[in-house]
This record gives sequence, C-alpha cells and structure tokens, in this order.
Amino acid sequence: MRTILDGNEAAAWVAYRVNEICAIYPITPSSTMGELADQWASEGVPNIWGTVPRVVEMQSEAGAAGAVHGALQTGALTTTFTASQGLLLMIPNMFKIAGELTPAVFHVAARSIAAQALSIFGDHSDVMAVRTTGWAMLCSGSVQEAHDLALIAQSSTLESRIPFIHFFDGFRTSHEVSTIEMLSEDQVRAMIADELVYAHRARALSPDHPVIRGVAQNPDVYFQARETVNPFYDRTSAAVQGAMDRFAALTGRQYRLFDYFGAPDADRAIVMMGSGAGTARETVEYLNERGARVGVVQVHLFRPFSAADLLAALPETVRAIAVLDRTKEPGGAGEPLYQDVVTAFAEAQASGARRTVPAIVGGRYGLSSKEFTPAMVRAVLDNLSATQPKNHFTVGITDDVTHTSLPWDPAFVIEDPERAGCIFYGLGADGTVGANKNSIKIIGETAAGHAQGYFVYDSKKSGSRTVSHLRFGPRPIRSAYLVQRATFIACHQFSFLDKVDMLREATDGSVFLLNSPFGPDEVWDALPGPVQETIVRKRIRLYVIDANAVAAEAGLPGRTNTIMQTCFFALSGVLPADEAVGRIKDAIRKTYGRKGRELIDRNFAAVDQALARLHEVVVPATAAGHALPPTVPADAPAFVRDVTAAMIAGRGDDLPVSALPADGTYPTATSKWEKRNVSDEVPVWLPEVCIQCGNCALVCPHAAIRARYYESAALGSAPEGFASAPLSGRGFPNLRYTLQVAVEDCTGCALCVEACPARSLEAAGVRAINMAPKAPVLERERRNFTYFETLPENKPDDVEASLVRGAQYLTPLFEFSGACAGCGETPYLKALSQLFGDRLLVANATGCSSIYGGNLPTTPWSVNRDGRGPAWANSLFEDNAEFGLGFRLSLDKHHDEAIELLGALDPLLPVGLGREIVDAPQATPSEVDRQRARVERLRAALATLDDRRARRLLTLAEHLVRRSVWIVGGDGWAYDIGYGGLDHVLAAGRNVNILVLDTEVYSNTGGQASKSTPRGAVAKFAAGGKGGRKKDLGLMAVAYGDVYVAQIAMGASPQQTLDALIEAEAYDGPSLVIAYSHCIAHGLDMRQGLSQQKLAVDSGHWPLYRYRPAAGARTRPEFLLESQPPSVPLTAYAYNEIRYRMLRFTNADEAKRLMDLAQQDVLQRQGVYRAMADRYPPAAVRGQGVPGSQVEAPSRVAEPTLAS
Amino acid sequence: MDLFTRYMGLDLRNPFIASASPVSEKLDAIRRLEDAGAAGVVLFSLFEEQVRSETEALERWGTAGADSHGEAASYLPKPDAYDVGPAEYLELIRRAHEAVDIPIFGSLNGVTDEGWTGFAADMQQAGAAGIELNVYYIPTEMYRTGRHVEEQYLDVLRAVRSSVTIPIAMKIAPYFSSIASMAGELDRTGVDALVLFNRFYQPDFDIENRRVVPSVELSRPDEIRLPLMWIAILYGRLRASLAATTGVHGPNEAIKYLMAGADVVMTTSALLREGPSFLNRTVAQMTAWMERKGYSSLKQLRGCMSHESVEDPTAFVRANYIRTLGSHQPTGSW
Repeated sequence: MRTILDGNEAAAWVAYRVNEICAIYPITPSSTMGELADQWASEGVPNIWGTVPRVVEMQSEAGAAGAVHGALQTGALTTTFTASQGLLLMIPNMFKIAGELTPAVFHVAARSIAAQALSIFGDHSDVMAVRTTGWAMLCSGSVQEAHDLALIAQSSTLESRIPFIHFFDGFRTSHEVSTIEMLSEDQVRAMIADELVYAHRARALSPDHPVIRGVAQNPDVYFQARETVNPFYDRTSAAVQGAMDRFAALTGRQYRLFDYFGAPDADRAIVMMGSGAGTARETVEYLNERGARVGVVQVHLFRPFSAADLLAALPETVRAIAVLDRTKEPGGAGEPLYQDVVTAFAEAQASGARRTVPAIVGGRYGLSSKEFTPAMVRAVLDNLSATQPKNHFTVGITDDVTHTSLPWDPAFVIEDPERAGCIFYGLGADGTVGANKNSIKIIGETAAGHAQGYFVYDSKKSGSRTVSHLRFGPRPIRSAYLVQRATFIACHQFSFLDKVDMLREATDGSVFLLNSPFGPDEVWDALPGPVQETIVRKRIRLYVIDANAVAAEAGLPGRTNTIMQTCFFALSGVLPADEAVGRIKDAIRKTYGRKGRELIDRNFAAVDQALARLHEVVVPATAAGHALPPTVPADAPAFVRDVTAAMIAGRGDDLPVSALPADGTYPTATSKWEKRNVSDEVPVWLPEVCIQCGNCALVCPHAAIRARYYESAALGSAPEGFASAPLSGRGFPNLRYTLQVAVEDCTGCALCVEACPARSLEAAGVRAINMAPKAPVLERERRNFTYFETLPENKPDDVEASLVRGAQYLTPLFEFSGACAGCGETPYLKALSQLFGDRLLVANATGCSSIYGGNLPTTPWSVNRDGRGPAWANSLFEDNAEFGLGFRLSLDKHHDEAIELLGALDPLLPVGLGREIVDAPQATPSEVDRQRARVERLRAALATLDDRRARRLLTLAEHLVRRSVWIVGGDGWAYDIGYGGLDHVLAAGRNVNILVLDTEVYSNTGGQASKSTPRGAVAKFAAGGKGGRKKDLGLMAVAYGDVYVAQIAMGASPQQTLDALIEAEAYDGPSLVIAYSHCIAHGLDMRQGLSQQKLAVDSGHWPLYRYRPAAGARTRPEFLLESQPPSVPLTAYAYNEIRYRMLRFTNADEAKRLMDLAQQDVLQRQGVYRAMADRYPPAAVRGQGVPGSQVEAPSRVAEPTLAS
Repeated sequence: MDLFTRYMGLDLRNPFIASASPVSEKLDAIRRLEDAGAAGVVLFSLFEEQVRSETEALERWGTAGADSHGEAASYLPKPDAYDVGPAEYLELIRRAHEAVDIPIFGSLNGVTDEGWTGFAADMQQAGAAGIELNVYYIPTEMYRTGRHVEEQYLDVLRAVRSSVTIPIAMKIAPYFSSIASMAGELDRTGVDALVLFNRFYQPDFDIENRRVVPSVELSRPDEIRLPLMWIAILYGRLRASLAATTGVHGPNEAIKYLMAGADVVMTTSALLREGPSFLNRTVAQMTAWMERKGYSSLKQLRGCMSHESVEDPTAFVRANYIRTLGSHQPTGSW
C-alpha cells in the first residue's frame, strides 16, 4: 500500500510490530519513534502476535539500555529508539548485550555528537562512536529503506544472534515525508521466524532451568571467551543478505549489503552510506547519461564489515575511489568507512585476491545536516580524476584554515525537469508546515505521483521561520537535499521579504505567491528593490492574496494555512484545481471530523474565499523598490557584523572555517542585535494609570519591558513622544519614571497586561499597559528605546532590589531570547540575571533553557555597562549538577589559593590591603562593588612587583570577589536523567544554587512525561494519562537537613520568588529552588500563564514554601509554608489545560479516577507540609505575612522601595 | 393517592422532575434521585458553546507551537485521536437510560441551528426520552426587534422538530411582549411542553476590583409568582404540557403550581441545598395535604386555580394590579 510517512514513523511502525517491549526516552530527532510506540500502545494497537507491546519510559537512555538488557535477558523481544548522546549513554549495556549474543535492534536517527557545540542535526558521529560495541550496523538511506531495513534488521538479529543498530540520517530521513510502499502485516509476519523467537525465549533466565550470566572472568579465560563469538559474526553478513533476499521475494524490493549503482564499467566510484547515497546515485545517473563512467556503492551493512561483498560490488574497472564519511574522527588515520575500505583493498591485494588496488581517498561531508548536493558529488568525482586526488578532504564547506575542502560549482543543478519543486516560507505558528504535509499526502496518495517534503526550522521557538521544500514528480524522488530549482515559491509572511532572499531558487517563469496586506494594485511598490529585480529578470508570475484577512473573515484568525494551500493548488498545476479543492476539503473533514462541524465550515469558507481573493499582479518592466535593510546595525561589534549577521541572514553556509572560533567560545550579549519584530501587537504604556509596581517588567519573558528612574533634567534631550511620569513615592520630587517597551523584541505574549494590577478610573478594561498594534508606534518606540538605553543604569544599591517594585530597575542581563512567547521559565532567569548577573556563572542542562539560552546565531545572556555579565556554559543533559559543582570547586580552589598568596605577599602590598580584602563583607551589591575596587587596588600593586607569586596572584585576583554559581535546568534533567548527580551535589554541601525550571514535562523535545509530570495529565510517553504521582523533589532535598529548598511560582507570589532566589544565593551551602513554569506543552492559553500559576498554588497543586537549614545565626531549621491551604478544587486549576482535559475525551472514567487520586495527593502533601511548618516554625515572621499575589490591588503594593 | 401525571405524552408516577442542574452530572446521583421519588430527570444542560470552545481550545492550545521548531513537531499527543464533543454527555444519557426506569431528558442550550439539531439528534439516539430546549438568549443588538426574537425561538423549535421524533419541551424566558401569543405559536409549531420560566443569571459588579462577576443565586419561594400566574393563564389553552420551574422549596409551591395547571413541577435549588431527601419529604407532605383536603388524585387538583377555574379571573389581570398597588401603605417615617 502506498502512503506518505516520515522516516521515524516508517521505522517505528515495524519496530513496534516485531517487539514485545519498548523502553523509551526522548531525544531529538528520534523522539517521535518512542512517542508513536507509546501512542499505539495506549490505543491498543497489537504487534504481529496480536498482543499490545509494553512501552515504558525510563529516566535516561542509560536506563533505557539497562531495561532493554534486562528484558532481553528474560526473553522478551525488546527495542529502543535513540540518537546522539543517548546512544553514547547506552554503550556499556551495548557491549554486554552483544557479548551475550542477544538478538535486539536499536533504531537510531543518527545525529551529531556535542563537541565544540551541541547540534540536534544529522550525521553519523553517534553511530560511529559505538562501532566497537559488537553490534551489527545496518544503514538506511531513505524513508522507504528505514521501513524495509527495520524489518530486515529484526529478521537478521534473530537469525544471527548479533544485536543490530538500524540507523538512518537524523532529520534528512527521520523527518522527511515521502511516498513509500508500506509493508503489510503478513509480510512482516513472513519475515519473522517464530522458532527463532522461541529460541530467544528459551535462552531466557528462568528459575525453572537456572543459569548464571554476567560472570566475572580472569586472565585465564576472558580472552578465549571473547573469541567464542567469531562464528556468529562470520555468519551475520550472510544472514542479512539472506533476509534481504527473502524480503525481495515478498516485496519485490531487493537490497544488497553493498548496493552498486552506475556504469558497469565505471572508472571512478564513491563509497558511502545514508541519505547522501540517493543524491550520489541521482548525480551518477545524470553524469553517465552525459558520457561519464562513474558509480556509487551504497553501504547498507557497515558492521560486520564484509570486505568480500564490497569488492564484489565494485566493478573491476574502477581505478579511483572516494570514500565519504558523515563523521569526523579528529586525529585518526581517516574516518571509519574510509579505513575499512582501504583495509579491504589492502588485504585483498596482500592475499593475492586482487592484483591492483585503485586510488582510494577519504573525505567528510554533511556534518550536522550540512547540505550534500549533486554539485558536491560531482566535485568528489572530479577530484578522483586528478592525477593526485586530494585525500582527507571535506566537501560542502570552505576550509580556509587547513585547506581540506574541495571546491564545487553551485550552478551545477540537476533537478528532474519533470518534477515540481516548491518552496514555502512560513511562520512557525501559521500552520504552513502542517498544510504542506497535508498537500504531500494529497498528491502522494494519487496513483501516479511521488512526493517528498522536508522542513527547515530556525533555532528560535517564538516567531520562528519555517521553510518547506516539496517535490512532486512521476518517478521516485531520491534527492536528499533542499529544492534547488523551484517552479513555485510561496511567502506566507510579507515581512520576510526584507530578510530572506527567497527567489534565489526560482526558475524562469516560475510562480511566486505572496500573502500580502497590499492588493494587486499596490503590492509592487511595497516590494524591496532586489525582489522586484529578480521578479522582472526571471519573468516570475506574481500572485497575491490577503490570507490574513480571509482567515479572519472565516473565523480562523491567524490560521492562513488552508488558504495558502488552496492557492498553491490553484496556481501550481500539480493537480487539477477542482480535484485539489475536493481533496483539501476531504482532508479538512478528516482532520476536524471528530472535533466539530463548526471548524469544518470555517475551513471550507476559507478555502472557497481563497480562490475568490487570489489575484495576479501586473509586473512592471523595471524595478524601483526600496533597498533591503541591513541585517544588523553598523555599530554592532565586528564579530556580530561579520559572522553573526551572516547566520541571521541565512548565509551561515557561506562562512569559511576561519570565521568561526576554534573552541566553541562565542561572545555574549548578541540577541540585542537581532531585531526580530515577531509580533504585530505590542504593549503600550499609559503613565497616568501606572502605579509603577514593576509587575510587568518582572514577568516579561523576553525582557522587553524596562523600567528606569532618572533626574528629570534628562528629559531635556529625550525624543518627542518619550513617555515619563513623576516617580511615585514620597521624597523624590526631581525624579522621573519611564517604563519602556522594546517593541522590536516583544513577542506579543501579553503576560504584562495580565500582570498589571492598575486600571483606569474611566474604563475598567484599560490597564496601565495594554496591547496595541505595533505599526503605528514602531518608529516612535524604536527611538524611545534607543534613548532609554542612554539613561543612567539604576544600581542595585540605589533600589530595594529584594522587592518587586525595586527589582524592576535592575538591568536584565538575560534579554530577547528565542523562547516561546509567554514562556514561563525565562522570567526566573531574567530575575537571576538582574539580582546576581555581574558575578554569575551558569551551568545549564541541555533542554529548552540551553536552546533559547545558547543557540546561535544570537544568545540572550548579556552584559552591563561595565562589561560584566553572566558566564554561561552547557555541558550535557545528564551531568549538569556535577558540571556546576565543578565550577564551584574551581572557584573555591582559586579563591583559597588567592587568599594564600595574599597572605604570602602581604609584606609587599600596601599596608592593610590584604586584611581588608580577606575580611570584606560581600553580602550586598555595594559590598561586592567595594570589594571589586579593593581588588583593582591589589592588581595595581601586584603589577609593580617583580615576583612570581604576584604574577600568579594577578591571574587569581578576580576570585577574591564573590561569585554566584547557579545550576539551571528543567525537570527532565533534575527529576530524571540528572537526578543522581543532582542528589550527589546536594549532598556534597558546597555552595551551589540549583534552579529547576519545572514545566512538569520534557518541553524541549516536545512534551514527554517526566517524573515531575502530575498524575492525571496526558503527555507524550503518557498518552493514556500519567498514572503515578508527581515526585516531590523538594521534600527529598529537605530530608538532607542542610540544603536550602524553596518552591516558587512567580505568578502566585513574585515577592516570594525574589525572597527565595536571594536567600538561596546567600546561603553558604547547596540550595535548590524549584520554579513552577507554565509551558506551551501544557496546552494552555499562554496569556493566562500567570493566573494559571496562581491557580496551581491556590488549588494546592504547587504549595509555596521555603526550607531554611540551621546556619549562621539560625540555630534551628525553619519551614515556611507560604501558600494558604487549598482554596479551590484541583480541577479548577487542571481543567484549564489541555494536558488534563484530553484524558476526559479518551477515557473519562480513567480521567476521573486519576483526578480523584491527584486531589488526594494534594491533601496528603498539604498535610505533610503543614506538619513540617508546625515542626519548624520561623523564628520571626516577616511583617507582611504571606507575600501578596501578583494581581495585588494598588493599595497592597509594597510601599516606596527606593532606598532613601 | 394517585399522583400519576402525563407530561409530553409520557406517563409519570408523580409530578416531580429534577430539573437541569449540576446534580445530574453523575450517574449515581441520578439513581438516588429515582430512589427519592423523582418521576424524571432533566440532565444538566449541554451548552453548544462549551462543546465548541472545547473544540477550539483543543485545536488552538493543543496544537500550539506545532511544526515550528526542529526538536518538537508538537507538544501534546495527537489531538486527532481524541473524541471531542458531547460524547461524555451522550454517554451519561446512555448509561442513565439503562440504569433507571424513569425518563431521562436531555437539556440542550444551543447557539447555532446546526448545534441544536445535531446535538438533539445525538441525544435521541443516546436514549433520551425527550429534549428540553433551553433557549438562553439575551438580545443586546439595538436593531433586533421583539419579532426577531420570537422568530428565533420558533426557528429553533422547527429545526429540532425536524431532526428528532421524541417529545420536545422548550424552556422560555418571561420577557416576551405577549407571552400568551408566543406560547400559542410555539404550541402550534409543535412544542410538546413549555417550561416556565428560564431565570437569566444577572451578573454582579465587584466594585473593589472593578470587575463583572458572574452571580448565580438559588431561587426563593416567592419567585414562583410569575410562572404561577402564566401557568394559570395558559392552562387548558394549549396542546402542550406545562412545566413549572423556579421556587419549588416545599409542598406548598408544588401544590400551587399544580393548582394553577402545571403538569409537572421541576426543582433545582432545593435539591442542591437539601439533597435527594427533599423529594421524599415533599411528595409525602403533598400527599398528606391532599388527603387532608380530601383529594384522591392529582387530576382533581390540577388546574383548580387556573384562570378559567377561579371565581374571579380578574385576579390575574389588571384589576388585581390596581388592588395590589393600593394595598401597599407606607411604613417608613413619612
């Protein structure tokens, strides 16, 4: 049966059907495979034996591998899905599983390994890192192959008893949607011999026929025992080819261990594996049709490596071979496949099997999903024609440092002319990708067509740009690269025209469809000059539609996808328009059929209106539009201008090796240079209504709202329209207050509006800050923000930074991140940066916070006017607590050594300076500042000394200023994969602060359940509802006694949040702060994020507390339960979120059962906390008692907070 | 005592029906209502907007962020697999229908024609003995005339009539210029019962926080008068049954309604406050009262105080109004 699938689903479909247990853990780009397995299991989909596989999520890939090992040892057919670091975590068990000759298949969406940087994209670095484990390695190069070889791998492992890694390229194959022939259940059954399954079961551990496995061996036998497995490896390649042949008999699709494509008398050949082989095959065919004699060997079975089969696959005529590896082995004699091929030929010659050996060179390509195009294939083949082909080359980049790269001709494009190539530029939220997937389904499922879709996302989570590359044609599509010749290009967001050269791939006479607020008669003048010029030069037919207006009129505001999709079908001619519209409507009916007739009608109306409102533009003969604005301002730092700007503009591929730092070190404070303008609506301040409480500035996830007070004289040079108000509070008659919005950086989440407690006296719906269209205020506010930035920074010691009203004045050193609009995590990080930013080191676990915090091109951690700011690093997902502890150890050691040297050098230093430095208090920002001044004096004094110790102290003097170490990560890290390390670091007693941004789910990888996920919520990997109760991480840490623990929720009590962060930092020992972070993965109107946080607290789901260990003057611990007993039922909180409501639709009884249990959890936990609070009462209660809510009435806002 | 009555063509063991309220959200509560003597149960209202907003929320927030970042094609399990809509409600009808012997009425609060007819048909299929159409509509548009409003009621009735075969009751508001005429039109259009009246919940203001706050207050016994009057006036003049709702807090209100001509009385507030035992008690007290007065069946009682049965029908109309006004003498310090 023909269908459209992506590579992950194609592989998972098979894996699920031929296994009994799936142990899963999320990691990009393989997560979808586990998600599907979990979903199918929750829906009761059986495997080929008619039973529903058991799917279990583990705490890490290491845990998954352990569970797999155990399940295999006890006889179940077991699998897992992983990639990259996840695969590395499985290595120890992989050695064991292979050593014990246990049949199993791991399905891997191959991905880069984090080195100088993390990358989620595809290459073979991960699988190559496990090639010594003894696993067979079978590689698929396309979606069809991922489907077919998944089954061949399973069949082969059962027969050979060698475990298999079945891998395919991350993203390029795992995420490509493509027309494939699906296997039938019967075909799957026919490939799996039940007697081999029973043999596996017979080897299982059982007390009925007990054996012992996993013994320890000594020098006498280990070596021999290791060699016992050789016959099994010897038989494996034959087993695989046998399975491939049986598969061919069943399906007609014949695979070989090494598939050769090309001229039978080729003189040059490429050897490679993975998706690039499709591109190479296509190019080889093209060149051979034009007289060349070239070929390509696609390697399917990489391990065990069958040299004989490789030699047999290559024509004898080949005199030069290029072996391409999609990995890098620094310092090696060559990359792995290259080495194997060289060895194969060398051995063949040595043994006399071959008289001559062709020239063999190796090269690297495609690291981290770098494009690999026909032009590069030709460059590789051309290199083989040289007298002395370059060896150890790279292709696809410009290496101007060690000059490894081959040049290639970008103009060499071989797209099949009978094929339609289409490119769509969309905004993440507008449904473009979804609509394109749907179009591919519509076209691909027609009898004749083949379709392919690949989607490129940018690195930001809000306002992100998506580019969809679609191909449709009569023949199978093997092109594993982006569309290079587009007959149809669509721009779904008009503002992209100024930012992206989207007509670069347009062919002569192609169609350009533009979603435009300007009509057919006005649009031309609104186009940038270069766009006009291309349209004229390439005779492009330009069409416009105001899809946003059509969508709004149809009752689908912002959802332009079906409208643009309809226009695509109307213009592209891929299908007859009537048929296409009918199929779009069928798809709409299918999508919304179970969700309501209303949505179907609205979408139908949108489709019909789309055709009526689509217009062709009469293109003038000449171009005269405006010039494109610069990517970054001219006053940006050189690195930002030369390197960052290229990445922002989508020209990062053009950067040569020399442009990039060799060790992965980048400047901070770059997000400010990327004005993304992602929201059409921005907050506008009404000074006359404002009570200057600071709530909006505190909660703004993107630091796009700034508050400052200043001498009124400063207004003299302010631009026209710069808003200000007298500073509220007594005794500051000459001070003005301004709340400034960075409108170009605002993502339009409106959390600020929701947080504003002030209301106009005249109109109750008007607050001190209100959302309004951006266009009318853009220029004014851009000027105002620039001016605002010139106002003097308010210093921490000039304000009461421990109160919300005072903290608003502190400059955020975390700004304009790429986090989702309305993100619940970033306000906490921003607060950290405001409170401690100038002395802050952050160890950041992999996850959302490392992506919005550290993904190029621009990053949000910033600097103050003195150039000081947070220093940030990400190590891994699993080790972050240990990584941060390392920071502390190093800082403490250097501090101690500095003190020692200070003592030794004291006689040579100004009198008393050393003692002053050692004894200096550094509790407050001003004390820290004074210490900095002392250290500067010390540096000056040291510089005059000709003393080895002085030179040494100069390198350590900075450590005499107090440093703040924060270990930051999400609940996936803290509760699951990193818990062991976190627990150890808490126990280690060192002065580190741990901030857990708790979204109760693995947000970054798409919402998989963690141990923080509450009972009754639905999440991926818990599609049937999380059955167990949420882990109480805080209470576990409290049990240590000497760990400072706080649970906070900014939306419920911003003051308690500040109190906890400040106390945690001040505590000279380990601190754990767990912060409720609402998240897009909750299925929540993010605008309600703060009120939802408050409901989380009011319902008792998220009690607020602080546990202060006995320390210093405090002789006994204190437990402050800072939220009231539950005042609303849990459902009043939970059922505002889709994650809870979903279960009611699928399984109402289970939803009720789990919600009842969750309600009991709340009461039980409340009882425990109450008892703790009674047992450890505070010695002195703060004056105002329980901190106020974020929606405090004006009268309750803290009194003037500026220090007098 | 023969308390049998006929409502919308259905024979009921007594005239007490538990009207639409949160009480009927659970199957167990429906069973307890039957045990306590309820002759029928109108389930809590299915609000079309709720179903639609659920659908929209699932679509909007359940797919937010989808297909916009490389690491996550979506953030929640696939909504396609979820059956949104009145499924839960229909399942309750189905299960209640199986669990009890008394008739179960669906209550539908629609917005669109399609909502009314589609959900009504679904309710019939699920086993509802009848449907109560709860037309909760506040015409705020200045261009909308009274006739427009009346037409809307009639349109809804026609649409639902054409989509189901089970009896239809319509719960109406008292804010028509001519209630009798409206009742007559609904009757001619095919309504099987009129439920008098819908109480519109009027929001309150929170002056501290300057917010409009929803305010739901339970009915009081003195609120029976408006429906009482109109039931008495309409009794005997319509084909459709008459159901009294609002203010039934004990046997007295029930007796009054029945005397006015109601075929059934519906109760919510008292049930919410007292639980199912309210029904046992009220039926017993009413029976005792009827015995004391010499009644042997409800038939004798029903309509005995209606417009056409009382000695002085003017008591229901303007003459009474004049007298009533005159009966109020100032008691303050004038």
